[in-house]
Amino acid sequence: MNPIFDLTWLVPLPPAVACALIILVTNRHKSLSSVIAIAGVAVSLVIGWAVAFSAFVDHGLAHHPVNATLFTIPTGRTDIDVGYALDPANALMLFMVPFLLVMIFIYARGYMTFPHHLKAADFPEAHAEGKDPRYSRFMAYISLFAVGMLGLVTSNNLITFFVFWEIMGLCSYLLIGFWFEKESAKKAAFKAFVTTRIGDALLFIGMMVLYIVSEPSSLSFADLFSEDNLYELGRTYANLGFREVTWVSIITFLILCGTIGKSAQFPLHVWLPDAMEGPTPVSAMIHAATMVSAGVFLLIRMYPLFDRALHLNSTTTYLVAGVGAFTALFAATIAMAQWDVKRVLAYSTISQLGYMVAALGIGAYVAALFHLLTHAFFKALLFLGSGSVIHGMEHGHEHAHGHDSDADGHASELIQRPDGSLDPNDPQDMRNMGGLLRRMPVTGWTFIIGGLALSGFPIITAGFWSKDEILAVAFEENSLVFLALAIAAFCTAFYTMRQMALTFFNRGRTEAADHASESTRSMTVPLILISFFAITLGWIGIPAAFPVLGPIGNNWLGHFLEPFMEVIHIHVLHPEFNFVPLLVSIAVALGGLGLGWLVYGKGLPPGETDPMYRAMGPIWQIFHRKYFVDELYDATVVRFSNFVSSFCASIDSRWIIDPLVNLVGKAGVWLSVLAAAADHLLVDGLVNLTANFMRWCGGVLTQLQDGKVQAYLVIAMVVLSIWVVLVGMPIVLTLV
Amino acid sequence: MANASQMALFATLFMPLVAGIWVLVFSRTDRAIRWSSILFSLVPLVLSAWLMLTYDRDAGELYGEISAPWIPMLNSNFRIAVDGLSLPLIFLTTLLSTLSLYYSARTIRTRVREYFVMFHLLELSMLGVFMALDYVLFYLFWEVSLVPMYLLIGIWGGQNRSYASIKFFIYTLVGSVAMLLAILLTYLATGTFDILMAAEAQPFMQLDDHNRLLLGSLAFWGFFLGFAFKVPSFPFHTWLPDAHTEAPTAGSVILAGVLLKLGAYGFLRIVLPTFPEASQHWAWAVIAVGAVAIVYGAFVCVAQSDLKRLIAYSSVSHMGYVMLGIGAASLVLTPDGLDAVAGKFSDAVTSGQIYDSAVMALNGATLQMFNHGIITGALFLLVGIIYERAHTRDLSKFGGLSAKTPYFYGIMLVTAFASLGLPGLAGFWAEFFTFRGAFAIVPIWAAFGTIGIVMTAVYILWRIIQNVFLGEYDGTKLDHWTDVDGRPADGPTDMVFFEKLTLWPLVIGMFVIGIYPTWLLSFFNTASVRLITFIIGPS
Repeated sequence: MNPIFDLTWLVPLPPAVACALIILVTNRHKSLSSVIAIAGVAVSLVIGWAVAFSAFVDHGLAHHPVNATLFTIPTGRTDIDVGYALDPANALMLFMVPFLLVMIFIYARGYMTFPHHLKAADFPEAHAEGKDPRYSRFMAYISLFAVGMLGLVTSNNLITFFVFWEIMGLCSYLLIGFWFEKESAKKAAFKAFVTTRIGDALLFIGMMVLYIVSEPSSLSFADLFSEDNLYELGRTYANLGFREVTWVSIITFLILCGTIGKSAQFPLHVWLPDAMEGPTPVSAMIHAATMVSAGVFLLIRMYPLFDRALHLNSTTTYLVAGVGAFTALFAATIAMAQWDVKRVLAYSTISQLGYMVAALGIGAYVAALFHLLTHAFFKALLFLGSGSVIHGMEHGHEHAHGHDSDADGHASELIQRPDGSLDPNDPQDMRNMGGLLRRMPVTGWTFIIGGLALSGFPIITAGFWSKDEILAVAFEENSLVFLALAIAAFCTAFYTMRQMALTFFNRGRTEAADHASESTRSMTVPLILISFFAITLGWIGIPAAFPVLGPIGNNWLGHFLEPFMEVIHIHVLHPEFNFVPLLVSIAVALGGLGLGWLVYGKGLPPGETDPMYRAMGPIWQIFHRKYFVDELYDATVVRFSNFVSSFCASIDSRWIIDPLVNLVGKAGVWLSVLAAAADHLLVDGLVNLTANFMRWCGGVLTQLQDGKVQAYLVIAMVVLSIWVVLVGMPIVLTLV
Repeated sequence: MANASQMALFATLFMPLVAGIWVLVFSRTDRAIRWSSILFSLVPLVLSAWLMLTYDRDAGELYGEISAPWIPMLNSNFRIAVDGLSLPLIFLTTLLSTLSLYYSARTIRTRVREYFVMFHLLELSMLGVFMALDYVLFYLFWEVSLVPMYLLIGIWGGQNRSYASIKFFIYTLVGSVAMLLAILLTYLATGTFDILMAAEAQPFMQLDDHNRLLLGSLAFWGFFLGFAFKVPSFPFHTWLPDAHTEAPTAGSVILAGVLLKLGAYGFLRIVLPTFPEASQHWAWAVIAVGAVAIVYGAFVCVAQSDLKRLIAYSSVSHMGYVMLGIGAASLVLTPDGLDAVAGKFSDAVTSGQIYDSAVMALNGATLQMFNHGIITGALFLLVGIIYERAHTRDLSKFGGLSAKTPYFYGIMLVTAFASLGLPGLAGFWAEFFTFRGAFAIVPIWAAFGTIGIVMTAVYILWRIIQNVFLGEYDGTKLDHWTDVDGRPADGPTDMVFFEKLTLWPLVIGMFVIGIYPTWLLSFFNTASVRLITFIIGPS
């Protein structure tokens, strides 16, 4: 085995050190903190790529994946082994994740300027420096985020996987709410954490069940994916009362719930669009390199179980495919009717993740992993590009209105429009943009590359190859999924063209857009580097049967992964090469782009409503309002939970429990009073009664003894007389 | 001839008494009282740490055992010792005592001598409960612990202190009476006051099935009331929010950090090994109060408006995990129970796995006892820190503090996330093992308990973090801020050195246990394995 593989466990460590250093030592030095953070992930990149590229050329790795223990945790008579793993699947992640992290970190160094919602007077030093007042803290948080993702990727067991998974949840909370002065940001952070935690709690249950029913009882991937265990999990049943279900169905369902939360699938997707409240580098991290990818990576990691469920024709796998396909289409339609440049991308992320989940639901392991990789690159590119656009717009706004307007920044009045109210100073609203390609050429062209990759522009973009592979499998396995994904692909191409046209083409619709300026090099260089992969990465997975290009690329990805899939008992699909899905894929991509160009290509004059709104009316409104899911949750789940809280609190302190305690206490007091009264009246009363009687008797008798001899004589005489009478009377009577 | 461990144990137990006498008699000034208290309290801290380091964690034997005749006519001995179960809790006690004394040295300004004497007495009694292996001794220390806490709340407490202190005292006293009766019953059945020998003797074994269960149940419920009132487990918990809200900061720290653990410790030390059959028979009650407490406590937290009261209710919820773990393990305390559970859940689960699950449930419960001690201890200190400045705990009066007090925010954030069980921090492992054990034995109750996982996030993040720290700071909400020493201040001021020093050991503890739980867990694991093996024999 290659000794470089032993370095795998080091990959998450440098950002952890960087995070600790920044918090404990350098937090007052903003620039230094960012250098430390970048150095941290850069070291991870070096180690990660050394490991990853060694893995790419090592043919033995697939048959003997690395699985090493660092330390153990005692669990009764057995132990949990905590360690790291390396295999083809996570080697690919180690190629993607650290690279994007480094790019995002470098970008963030330039991006985190003094934010517009803060008052300069409150933070004079930071304002003078031109940096966010909590710049160092930001660097520490994103370093921790990097630790979470890198640790998750290198984990060799589900427990540490979950640990890092939750650390990312924490970081997303901290970073989405990074500008916590904004009411919307703090709400979004809370929403993100709690929504994903619902999924996490179900995943947690799934972990527990898996841990308990596996033989040997363990959560180490190597133990879980042994042939015996997979077989037993598919063979043994849990009695749920109403019906018997195989364990593998239950477990895969609960794991899917974790993914639904983390990867923002319907119905737990609501947090992701709100997560746009975080600074843009965070959005790029969450949407591309880390958080949401982790959800799909969980499915990929646990895929032997899903594959087993697939073979048993379990309901769960239909659910996986259904949730994925539905989400892909559902989110794509919402994205068509959004105005916020980042929100469009957010819904497109949800939609693209739906592709991956759907792919995993129909057994397309390689295609899902492929799309995960390409999507990470082009979505990071798009987010960083949109951040650059926002920055440019803010500069343009400053240029047009002067620095003084900052103070009243967002206090500007909303313009009410039938297609959604518009803040004329909002740097993220696409209605305020237009013509930015001339003002920001690097951002513009790289964004277009990313956009074309997202819409699956044929042959030259990475997104085409991965999406095509998913569609190819779907065409063979499940025509309903295929249909949903194809329509979603059409929508994707359409809203991507809409976004590109509204943002970059034609003429600017506001002064800010006319005065926007290109971002600094620290932001544009990452864009250029990422756009390289947004195009070329597709070449690793060109199907071997593809005309002309196939034999050249020879499907490297498939050949790399397939031996490993066999080792962990995943059935390898070999879809027949078929021109139908290929042509459909090309048609929807070009058709969507074309239709988008027809509708938005000539530009949207200022003040005019969206042409699609005019065409579709109420249906567009439903898309725009996101199918009212947020409103539904507020009215049901949130209200119900608040009701239960206040109900329990009332039971506790007002209605039942504490009143009962106080009642017992009061009863004790009453009893005491009663006892005291009884004591006073009865017990003591009797004693006193006796005493009083005696005293009374004494009093009466005292009066007799008043010391007058005459009276004594009288009494003596009277008594004597009575005695005489009493004694004498019978004698007299007998005499008579 | 006493060996080093015996001397260390003896000194750990009685050094607080020495300190109390010293403070009472020899310290002339307040300053001398404070410093000598802190210095004296370092002795048991260092000694208990030394005991932990030198303890053989794999063997899990009794350590530092001292046994001497005490009240011969009762056949009662002065017998103390520690093992893997009590040792970490003793360390927790000495650590929290030292930190509380250090924190109090700066914040207690009235009746200083009495306060510190009471505190030393409190420490003595808590250590005594954890060390005692004789029922009379156990009961003695148990009762002694009530008095100083009653006075701490009653004298140095808040506005409603007399109600709270009386409620605390009476409530726990009722439990103690029930426990005393159970102790007498045990004594009559076994003829000994020795806790371990009574367990060896297995009281009522010679009786027929019906009577054995009847008398066992009587003893069980006697102890249950005594311990459950102290934990406090739902629905006997309402003294806790009142006591916490009124107690001085350090009092709350000790109350939540250690006193609540006495109850749970009693279950593990006395009830489970001595009355396994009755424990198993009534396990469903323990499980139910545990699971309900987790969820119910969390929901009640969400509706609180007083910060300290909220954290008090979070203790109710978190101690629910302890009860759930103990209850789950109790359910399989006999070989029959083991097999019954093994078959019920799934064919795939063998009785050997259930055996390990019971151990894990106990590991989770004991780890939760320790973790809750440091996490909730830290939370109460943090509330104290803000109360010293704002003189209110009303959540609606706060907001946007993170910008004003970043250090305080940082420490609070770590503690809050530890409390909600974030992996990587201490709370997670306890929840993990509790649920791991409970899911194997009582899956439905455990699944119900996971609602608590979500609701904990809601009250911690929404009620505490979001309400107090996030958002824009609004100076008009509260206009009479002071600094930590009571001098008027313009607004919230950040933590000062002594407060940081008080909290850092706890924060470090949260990280260390969160990242590397193995060391601490190995104490509890051996103790749990021994406990289960003692009751049902090797699997």
